[in-house]
Amino acid sequence: MIARVIVTPKPVVNDPQGLTVKQGLASLGFGEVNDVRVGKYIEVNLDTSSEHEARERVEAMCRQLLANHVIEDFRFELEQERRKR
Amino acid sequence: MKFGVVVFPGTWSDRDCGWVIDQVLGHELTYLWHKDADLKGCDCVILPGGFAYGDYLRTGAIARFAPVMEKVGEFADRGGLVWGICNGFQVLCEAGLLPGALIRNASLEFRCEWTHLSVERTDLAFTSRCEEREVLRIPIAHGEGSYFADPATLSRLEQRGQVVFRYCDPGGRVVPQANPNGSLHNIAGVVNARGNVLGMMPHPERCSEAALGGTDGLKLFQSVAETSLKVLVS
Repeated sequence: MIARVIVTPKPVVNDPQGLTVKQGLASLGFGEVNDVRVGKYIEVNLDTSSEHEARERVEAMCRQLLANHVIEDFRFELEQERRKR
Repeated sequence: MKFGVVVFPGTWSDRDCGWVIDQVLGHELTYLWHKDADLKGCDCVILPGGFAYGDYLRTGAIARFAPVMEKVGEFADRGGLVWGICNGFQVLCEAGLLPGALIRNASLEFRCEWTHLSVERTDLAFTSRCEEREVLRIPIAHGEGSYFADPATLSRLEQRGQVVFRYCDPGGRVVPQANPNGSLHNIAGVVNARGNVLGMMPHPERCSEAALGGTDGLKLFQSVAETSLKVLVS
């Protein structure tokens, strides 16, 4: 099972990276950009085939380490790993 | 008085802190390796600056799992003095020993420069040598020193007087222009509710000798040394 975890700064947290990227996009002519938030993408490969179990475990990983609840939100998707040929 | 200076892989200010304790103050010093599960009888534990574990994932995120940190947590729970400087402050926040978090500087730049700090608490072991609202000149050197806490935590900190240092101008005015990193309320250092765990972004160990351009940092080391001696005697 593969968990694709996305960690983003909370809406109330100032994100200077996002602001800078937004300004960069505006200067390239992408004037329709309202907001940019820069976060992290983490891929976790788990040794389990139970989606329920994986969900609980990844949730715990995010709470305990992958995200800092003071400043970050997280979400994730699970995907069954394809058999290697 | 015995100081312990914690060394993680990637710590860089351990020898600077050690020099002040050992050579300038003349107190007993021991280095505590991150794998040590024993604080060797220290009266004050310093978590110095640097990039513990390469700042992987987030600053301080991995360091808090080091064996020595379990002991530091127990020591703090017993009322022991714990002092986090720069990266040490980040580690203490990640470990939950101090509230809030430190995020990227608003400028996105690594800032290495002198700052002025207004001292808001002088009843602590760390600041007993200072006067109320005294202005200390102490340098910073960090990329992730912008203090953040949610509004409820922030107002609780303010109500309980847990903000120890604020960035200010040379005249002691806490103004936005004196804020080098975008910290909320110009916060440069906070203490836990009990008053025995201090975290600060500026580096007092880098201004504890005249040869380094200032000696204001020494006041904090002297405060700790004196207070602890009093505790030991009483």
